[in-house]
Amino acid sequence: MSQEHFDALIEADERIEPDDWMPDDYRNTLVRQIAQHAHSEIIGMQPEGEWITRAPSLRRKAILTAKVQDEAGHGLYLYGAAESLGTPRAELLDRLHAKTQKYSSIFNYPTPEWADVGAIGWLVDGAAIMNQVPLCRCSYGPYGRAMVRICKEESFHQRQGYQIMLSLSEGTPEQQAMAQRALDRWWWPSVMMFGPPDGDSPNTGRSMAWGIKRFTNDELRQNFVDATVPQAELLGLTPPDDALVWNAERGHYDFGEPDWDEFARMVRGEGEIPDLRIGVRRAAHDDGDWVRAAAAAYADKQAARSAA
Amino acid sequence: MSTVFPQWEVFVRARRGLDHQHAGSVHAPDGETALRAARDLFTRRQEGVSLWVVPSTEIVASDPADVDALFGPAADKAYRFPTNYDLPPEVDHM
Repeated sequence: MSQEHFDALIEADERIEPDDWMPDDYRNTLVRQIAQHAHSEIIGMQPEGEWITRAPSLRRKAILTAKVQDEAGHGLYLYGAAESLGTPRAELLDRLHAKTQKYSSIFNYPTPEWADVGAIGWLVDGAAIMNQVPLCRCSYGPYGRAMVRICKEESFHQRQGYQIMLSLSEGTPEQQAMAQRALDRWWWPSVMMFGPPDGDSPNTGRSMAWGIKRFTNDELRQNFVDATVPQAELLGLTPPDDALVWNAERGHYDFGEPDWDEFARMVRGEGEIPDLRIGVRRAAHDDGDWVRAAAAAYADKQAARSAA
Repeated sequence: MSTVFPQWEVFVRARRGLDHQHAGSVHAPDGETALRAARDLFTRRQEGVSLWVVPSTEIVASDPADVDALFGPAADKAYRFPTNYDLPPEVDHM
Protein backbone atom coordinates (compact mmCIF):
# COMPACT_ATOMS: atom_id res chain seq x y z
CA MET A 1 0.00 0.00 0.00
CA SER A 2 1.31 3.38 -0.94
CA GLN A 3 0.45 6.95 -1.85
CA GLU A 4 -0.06 5.75 -5.40
CA HIS A 5 -2.60 3.12 -4.34
CA PHE A 6 -4.38 5.63 -2.06
CA ASP A 7 -4.58 8.17 -4.90
CA ALA A 8 -5.99 5.52 -7.25
CA LEU A 9 -8.70 4.58 -4.73
CA ILE A 10 -9.66 8.23 -4.24
CA GLU A 11 -9.61 8.82 -8.00
CA ALA A 12 -11.96 5.85 -8.52
CA ASP A 13 -14.27 7.19 -5.75
CA GLU A 14 -13.61 4.01 -3.76
CA ARG A 15 -13.64 4.01 0.04
CA ILE A 16 -10.59 4.05 2.30
CA GLU A 17 -10.82 1.54 5.16
CA PRO A 18 -9.07 1.60 8.57
CA ASP A 19 -6.24 -0.81 7.74
CA ASP A 20 -5.36 0.93 4.46
CA TRP A 21 -2.28 3.05 4.10
CA MET A 22 -3.25 6.73 4.09
CA PRO A 23 -1.32 10.01 4.14
CA ASP A 24 -0.80 11.46 7.63
CA ASP A 25 -2.62 14.66 6.61
CA TYR A 26 -5.68 12.66 5.53
CA ARG A 27 -5.69 10.74 8.82
CA ASN A 28 -5.18 13.86 10.94
CA THR A 29 -7.83 15.85 9.06
CA LEU A 30 -10.34 13.04 9.58
CA VAL A 31 -9.54 12.55 13.27
CA ARG A 32 -9.98 16.29 13.82
CA GLN A 33 -13.20 16.52 11.82
CA ILE A 34 -14.82 13.34 13.17
CA ALA A 35 -13.82 14.18 16.75
CA GLN A 36 -15.22 17.70 16.43
CA HIS A 37 -18.40 16.19 15.01
CA ALA A 38 -18.62 13.67 17.88
CA HIS A 39 -17.97 16.37 20.48
CA SER A 40 -20.73 18.48 18.90
CA GLU A 41 -23.21 15.63 19.23
CA ILE A 42 -22.61 15.09 22.94
CA ILE A 43 -22.32 18.79 23.81
CA GLY A 44 -25.50 19.28 21.76
CA MET A 45 -27.32 17.18 24.37
CA GLN A 46 -27.07 20.06 26.84
CA PRO A 47 -29.10 22.97 25.41
CA GLU A 48 -32.04 20.64 24.71
CA GLY A 49 -31.51 18.41 27.74
CA GLU A 50 -32.12 21.50 29.86
CA TRP A 51 -35.67 21.56 28.47
CA ILE A 52 -36.69 17.95 29.18
CA THR A 53 -38.15 18.72 32.61
CA ARG A 54 -39.79 21.91 31.32
CA ALA A 55 -41.26 20.54 28.07
CA PRO A 56 -44.98 21.39 28.04
CA SER A 57 -46.44 17.86 27.91
CA LEU A 58 -45.55 14.25 28.63
CA ARG A 59 -45.50 13.63 24.87
CA ARG A 60 -43.00 16.43 24.28
CA LYS A 61 -40.85 15.18 27.17
CA ALA A 62 -40.78 11.68 25.68
CA ILE A 63 -39.86 13.08 22.25
CA LEU A 64 -37.13 15.29 23.65
CA THR A 65 -35.70 12.49 25.79
CA ALA A 66 -35.52 10.26 22.70
CA LYS A 67 -33.85 13.03 20.71
CA VAL A 68 -31.23 13.75 23.36
CA GLN A 69 -30.56 10.01 23.65
CA ASP A 70 -30.07 9.93 19.87
CA GLU A 71 -27.47 12.71 20.13
CA ALA A 72 -25.54 10.60 22.66
CA GLY A 73 -25.75 7.67 20.25
CA HIS A 74 -24.55 9.80 17.34
CA GLY A 75 -21.57 10.85 19.42
CA LEU A 76 -20.77 7.19 20.10
CA TYR A 77 -21.05 6.20 16.41
CA LEU A 78 -18.64 9.00 15.56
CA TYR A 79 -16.15 8.29 18.36
CA GLY A 80 -16.13 4.72 17.05
CA ALA A 81 -15.29 5.99 13.54
CA ALA A 82 -12.55 8.24 14.94
CA GLU A 83 -11.09 5.37 16.97
CA SER A 84 -10.76 3.29 13.81
CA LEU A 85 -8.07 5.83 12.79
CA GLY A 86 -6.03 4.89 15.84
CA THR A 87 -6.94 7.54 18.42
CA PRO A 88 -8.65 6.10 21.53
CA ARG A 89 -11.97 7.60 22.59
CA ALA A 90 -10.66 8.42 26.06
CA GLU A 91 -7.98 10.57 24.47
CA LEU A 92 -10.53 12.44 22.34
CA LEU A 93 -12.66 13.14 25.41
CA ASP A 94 -9.58 14.41 27.24
CA ARG A 95 -8.96 16.82 24.37
CA LEU A 96 -12.56 18.04 24.50
CA HIS A 97 -12.31 18.58 28.26
CA ALA A 98 -8.98 20.38 27.85
CA LYS A 99 -10.53 22.51 25.07
CA THR A 100 -7.77 21.54 22.63
CA GLN A 101 -10.47 20.17 20.30
CA LYS A 102 -13.59 22.13 19.45
CA TYR A 103 -17.28 21.39 19.10
CA SER A 104 -19.72 23.30 16.91
CA SER A 105 -20.17 26.84 18.24
CA ILE A 106 -23.92 26.56 17.49
CA PHE A 107 -24.26 24.91 20.92
CA ASN A 108 -22.90 28.02 22.63
CA TYR A 109 -26.10 29.97 21.99
CA PRO A 110 -28.61 30.09 24.86
CA THR A 111 -32.07 28.46 24.77
CA PRO A 112 -34.18 30.79 26.93
CA GLU A 113 -37.64 29.80 25.62
CA TRP A 114 -39.50 26.61 24.71
CA ALA A 115 -39.73 27.71 21.07
CA ASP A 116 -35.92 27.49 20.92
CA VAL A 117 -36.29 23.70 21.15
CA GLY A 118 -38.52 23.83 18.07
CA ALA A 119 -36.15 26.16 16.23
CA ILE A 120 -33.14 23.98 17.04
CA GLY A 121 -34.83 20.89 15.62
CA TRP A 122 -36.10 22.69 12.54
CA LEU A 123 -33.09 24.89 11.74
CA VAL A 124 -30.02 23.50 13.49
CA ASP A 125 -30.85 19.87 12.77
CA GLY A 126 -32.02 20.93 9.32
CA ALA A 127 -28.65 22.55 8.62
CA ALA A 128 -26.88 19.54 10.12
CA ILE A 129 -28.76 17.19 7.77
CA MET A 130 -27.78 19.39 4.82
CA ASN A 131 -24.15 18.95 5.91
CA GLN A 132 -24.42 15.29 6.81
CA VAL A 133 -26.20 13.76 3.84
CA PRO A 134 -23.17 14.30 1.54
CA LEU A 135 -20.91 12.95 4.30
CA CYS A 136 -22.61 9.56 3.87
CA ARG A 137 -20.48 9.34 0.70
CA CYS A 138 -17.29 10.42 2.48
CA SER A 139 -14.20 8.62 1.18
CA TYR A 140 -13.42 7.25 4.65
CA GLY A 141 -15.64 4.16 5.03
CA PRO A 142 -16.32 4.16 8.80
CA TYR A 143 -17.22 7.86 8.79
CA GLY A 144 -19.61 7.40 5.86
CA ARG A 145 -21.27 4.38 7.51
CA ALA A 146 -21.68 6.26 10.80
CA MET A 147 -23.28 9.12 8.87
CA VAL A 148 -25.79 6.77 7.21
CA ARG A 149 -26.99 5.66 10.66
CA ILE A 150 -27.06 9.24 11.91
CA CYS A 151 -28.99 10.60 8.93
CA LYS A 152 -31.64 7.89 9.34
CA GLU A 153 -32.26 9.09 12.89
CA GLU A 154 -31.82 12.79 12.26
CA SER A 155 -34.92 13.22 10.12
CA PHE A 156 -37.17 12.73 13.16
CA HIS A 157 -35.25 15.49 14.93
CA GLN A 158 -35.98 18.03 12.24
CA ARG A 159 -39.61 17.01 11.83
CA GLN A 160 -40.42 17.16 15.55
CA GLY A 161 -38.82 20.61 15.71
CA TYR A 162 -40.85 21.90 12.80
CA GLN A 163 -43.97 20.46 14.39
CA ILE A 164 -43.28 22.39 17.60
CA MET A 165 -42.99 25.56 15.48
CA LEU A 166 -46.19 24.63 13.65
CA SER A 167 -48.11 24.18 16.92
CA LEU A 168 -46.86 27.53 18.22
CA SER A 169 -47.62 29.33 14.97
CA GLU A 170 -51.20 28.05 15.15
CA GLY A 171 -51.45 29.09 18.81
CA THR A 172 -52.11 32.30 20.71
CA PRO A 173 -50.53 35.61 19.65
CA GLU A 174 -48.04 35.13 22.53
CA GLN A 175 -47.07 31.70 21.22
CA GLN A 176 -46.71 33.04 17.68
CA ALA A 177 -44.49 35.85 18.96
CA MET A 178 -42.36 33.34 20.86
CA ALA A 179 -41.94 31.28 17.65
CA GLN A 180 -40.85 34.41 15.76
CA ARG A 181 -38.34 35.31 18.51
CA ALA A 182 -36.85 31.81 18.26
CA LEU A 183 -36.53 32.15 14.48
CA ASP A 184 -34.90 35.57 14.99
CA ARG A 185 -32.38 34.02 17.39
CA TRP A 186 -31.54 30.88 15.39
CA TRP A 187 -31.71 31.99 11.75
CA TRP A 188 -28.28 33.55 11.41
CA PRO A 189 -26.43 31.06 13.62
CA SER A 190 -27.94 28.29 11.46
CA VAL A 191 -26.93 30.02 8.23
CA MET A 192 -23.40 30.32 9.65
CA MET A 193 -23.27 26.63 10.62
CA PHE A 194 -21.96 25.85 7.14
CA GLY A 195 -18.73 27.63 8.02
CA PRO A 196 -16.97 30.63 6.53
CA PRO A 197 -17.51 31.74 2.90
CA ASP A 198 -15.68 29.60 0.34
CA GLY A 199 -13.05 32.31 -0.15
CA ASP A 200 -12.13 32.13 3.54
CA SER A 201 -12.19 28.33 3.82
CA PRO A 202 -8.62 27.30 2.99
CA ASN A 203 -9.07 23.57 3.63
CA THR A 204 -12.17 23.10 1.48
CA GLY A 205 -10.20 22.39 -1.72
CA ARG A 206 -8.09 19.69 -0.11
CA SER A 207 -11.04 18.07 1.65
CA MET A 208 -12.97 17.97 -1.63
CA ALA A 209 -10.00 16.46 -3.49
CA TRP A 210 -9.86 13.76 -0.83
CA GLY A 211 -13.58 13.05 -1.10
CA ILE A 212 -14.14 13.98 2.54
CA LYS A 213 -16.25 16.96 1.55
CA ARG A 214 -18.59 16.87 -1.46
CA PHE A 215 -19.99 20.42 -1.59
CA THR A 216 -18.55 23.79 -0.60
CA ASN A 217 -19.80 25.75 2.41
CA ASP A 218 -21.56 28.30 0.19
CA GLU A 219 -23.28 25.63 -1.91
CA LEU A 220 -24.68 23.98 1.20
CA ARG A 221 -25.66 27.34 2.68
CA GLN A 222 -27.63 28.19 -0.46
CA ASN A 223 -29.37 24.79 -0.36
CA PHE A 224 -30.33 25.42 3.25
CA VAL A 225 -31.77 28.87 2.59
CA ASP A 226 -33.68 27.63 -0.47
CA ALA A 227 -35.20 24.75 1.49
CA THR A 228 -35.98 26.70 4.65
CA VAL A 229 -37.56 29.96 3.45
CA PRO A 230 -40.75 28.28 2.14
CA GLN A 231 -40.98 26.34 5.43
CA ALA A 232 -40.86 29.65 7.33
CA GLU A 233 -43.56 31.10 5.06
CA LEU A 234 -45.84 28.15 5.83
CA LEU A 235 -45.41 28.93 9.53
CA GLY A 236 -46.24 32.59 8.90
CA LEU A 237 -42.81 33.51 10.26
CA THR A 238 -40.22 35.83 8.73
CA PRO A 239 -36.46 35.17 8.73
CA PRO A 240 -34.62 38.25 10.09
CA ASP A 241 -32.95 39.18 6.79
CA ASP A 242 -34.09 42.23 4.80
CA ALA A 243 -32.04 41.14 1.80
CA LEU A 244 -33.86 37.83 1.51
CA VAL A 245 -35.61 37.70 -1.88
CA TRP A 246 -36.35 35.09 -4.56
CA ASN A 247 -34.08 35.48 -7.56
CA ALA A 248 -35.93 33.92 -10.50
CA GLU A 249 -32.94 34.28 -12.77
CA ARG A 250 -30.69 32.22 -10.48
CA GLY A 251 -33.51 29.97 -9.33
CA HIS A 252 -32.34 30.59 -5.76
CA TYR A 253 -33.01 32.96 -2.89
CA ASP A 254 -30.63 35.89 -2.54
CA PHE A 255 -29.79 36.57 1.09
CA GLY A 256 -27.77 38.94 3.23
CA GLU A 257 -24.23 38.57 4.53
CA PRO A 258 -24.03 36.90 7.96
CA ASP A 259 -22.11 38.67 10.73
CA TRP A 260 -18.81 36.86 10.30
CA ASP A 261 -17.26 38.81 13.17
CA GLU A 262 -19.84 37.25 15.48
CA PHE A 263 -19.05 33.86 13.95
CA ALA A 264 -15.35 34.37 14.69
CA ARG A 265 -16.14 35.36 18.28
CA MET A 266 -18.26 32.23 18.72
CA VAL A 267 -15.59 29.98 17.20
CA ARG A 268 -13.02 31.50 19.56
CA GLY A 269 -15.35 30.45 22.38
CA GLU A 270 -16.09 33.89 23.81
CA GLY A 271 -18.83 34.36 26.39
CA GLU A 272 -19.86 32.32 29.42
CA ILE A 273 -21.55 29.37 27.77
CA PRO A 274 -18.45 27.45 26.58
CA ASP A 275 -17.15 27.12 30.16
CA LEU A 276 -20.61 26.06 31.27
CA ARG A 277 -20.86 23.36 28.58
CA ILE A 278 -17.38 21.95 29.27
CA GLY A 279 -18.02 22.14 33.02
CA VAL A 280 -21.20 20.07 32.72
CA ARG A 281 -19.41 17.58 30.44
CA ARG A 282 -16.42 17.20 32.76
CA ALA A 283 -18.68 16.79 35.79
CA ALA A 284 -20.67 14.06 34.01
CA HIS A 285 -17.41 12.31 33.16
CA ASP A 286 -15.82 12.68 36.60
CA ASP A 287 -19.00 11.86 38.52
CA GLY A 288 -19.37 8.68 36.51
CA ASP A 289 -15.87 7.47 37.21
CA TRP A 290 -16.82 5.43 40.29
CA VAL A 291 -19.44 3.63 38.20
CA ARG A 292 -16.84 2.72 35.57
CA ALA A 293 -14.38 1.65 38.26
CA ALA A 294 -17.02 -0.55 39.92
CA ALA A 295 -18.04 -2.10 36.59
CA ALA A 296 -14.40 -2.84 35.77
CA ALA A 297 -13.82 -4.39 39.23
CA TYR A 298 -16.93 -6.55 38.82
CA ALA A 299 -15.80 -7.68 35.35
CA ASP A 300 -12.37 -8.58 36.72
CA LYS A 301 -13.92 -10.59 39.54
CA GLN A 302 -16.20 -12.49 37.17
CA ALA A 303 -13.29 -13.21 34.83
CA ALA A 304 -11.15 -14.47 37.74
CA ARG A 305 -13.99 -16.74 38.90
CA SER A 306 -14.60 -18.25 35.52
CA ALA A 307 -10.85 -18.82 35.13
CA ALA A 308 -10.70 -20.62 38.49
CA MET B 1 -8.37 8.17 37.91
CA SER B 2 -10.11 7.25 34.70
CA THR B 3 -11.16 3.73 33.77
CA VAL B 4 -10.94 2.78 30.10
CA PHE B 5 -13.02 -0.18 28.95
CA PRO B 6 -12.05 -2.53 26.13
CA GLN B 7 -13.75 -2.21 22.75
CA TRP B 8 -16.28 -4.72 21.38
CA GLU B 9 -17.47 -5.13 17.80
CA VAL B 10 -21.25 -5.35 17.50
CA PHE B 11 -23.16 -7.52 15.02
CA VAL B 12 -26.93 -7.18 14.57
CA ARG B 13 -29.37 -9.65 13.03
CA ALA B 14 -32.06 -7.42 11.53
CA ARG B 15 -34.67 -10.17 11.10
CA ARG B 16 -34.92 -13.91 11.46
CA GLY B 17 -33.47 -15.51 8.36
CA LEU B 18 -30.76 -12.88 7.89
CA ASP B 19 -27.09 -12.98 8.87
CA HIS B 20 -25.72 -10.92 11.71
CA GLN B 21 -24.11 -7.84 10.20
CA HIS B 22 -21.39 -5.65 11.63
CA ALA B 23 -22.95 -2.43 12.97
CA GLY B 24 -20.15 -0.69 14.88
CA SER B 25 -18.48 -0.87 18.25
CA VAL B 26 -19.03 -0.13 21.93
CA HIS B 27 -16.82 0.07 25.00
CA ALA B 28 -17.71 -2.09 27.99
CA PRO B 29 -15.99 -3.92 30.87
CA ASP B 30 -17.44 -7.33 29.93
CA GLY B 31 -19.57 -9.08 27.32
CA GLU B 32 -22.81 -8.82 29.27
CA THR B 33 -22.46 -5.05 29.64
CA ALA B 34 -21.33 -4.74 26.03
CA LEU B 35 -24.60 -6.43 24.97
CA ARG B 36 -26.62 -3.94 27.00
CA ALA B 37 -24.71 -1.02 25.54
CA ALA B 38 -25.14 -2.43 22.03
CA ARG B 39 -28.87 -2.86 22.62
CA ASP B 40 -29.18 0.79 23.70
CA LEU B 41 -26.99 2.10 20.89
CA PHE B 42 -28.01 0.07 17.84
CA THR B 43 -31.57 -1.20 18.36
CA ARG B 44 -33.71 1.67 19.63
CA ARG B 45 -35.89 1.50 16.51
CA GLN B 46 -36.45 -2.22 16.00
CA GLU B 47 -33.26 -2.58 13.96
CA GLY B 48 -32.60 -6.06 15.25
CA VAL B 49 -33.81 -9.29 16.87
CA SER B 50 -30.40 -10.64 17.95
CA LEU B 51 -26.99 -9.22 18.90
CA TRP B 52 -23.44 -10.54 18.97
CA VAL B 53 -20.55 -8.76 20.65
CA VAL B 54 -16.92 -9.80 20.11
CA PRO B 55 -13.80 -8.27 21.70
CA SER B 56 -12.29 -6.09 18.96
CA THR B 57 -8.85 -7.54 19.70
CA GLU B 58 -10.15 -11.04 18.83
CA ILE B 59 -10.84 -10.14 15.19
CA VAL B 60 -8.19 -11.58 12.90
CA ALA B 61 -8.14 -9.55 9.69
CA SER B 62 -6.48 -10.03 6.32
CA ASP B 63 -3.77 -7.52 5.44
CA PRO B 64 -4.70 -4.95 2.77
CA ALA B 65 -1.18 -5.46 1.37
CA ASP B 66 -2.13 -9.07 0.55
CA VAL B 67 -5.18 -8.12 -1.47
CA ASP B 68 -3.69 -9.19 -4.83
CA ALA B 69 -2.27 -12.44 -3.53
CA LEU B 70 -5.53 -13.36 -1.81
CA PHE B 71 -8.19 -12.13 -4.17
CA GLY B 72 -6.42 -11.50 -7.45
CA PRO B 73 -6.37 -15.15 -8.62
CA ALA B 74 -10.18 -15.18 -8.80
CA ALA B 75 -10.11 -12.57 -11.57
CA ASP B 76 -9.10 -14.91 -14.42
CA LYS B 77 -11.47 -17.78 -13.63
CA ALA B 78 -14.48 -16.76 -15.64
CA TYR B 79 -15.49 -20.42 -15.89
CA ARG B 80 -16.69 -20.20 -12.29
CA PHE B 81 -19.58 -17.96 -13.40
CA PRO B 82 -22.79 -19.13 -15.08
CA THR B 83 -22.52 -16.33 -17.67
CA ASN B 84 -19.39 -18.06 -19.02
CA TYR B 85 -21.53 -20.71 -20.70
CA ASP B 86 -23.33 -19.80 -23.95
CA LEU B 87 -26.31 -22.05 -24.40
CA PRO B 88 -29.02 -22.17 -27.09
CA PRO B 89 -31.84 -19.68 -26.45
CA GLU B 90 -34.31 -22.53 -25.77
CA VAL B 91 -32.46 -23.52 -22.59
CA ASP B 92 -30.71 -20.25 -21.71
CA HIS B 93 -32.91 -19.63 -18.67
CA MET B 94 -31.12 -22.60 -17.06
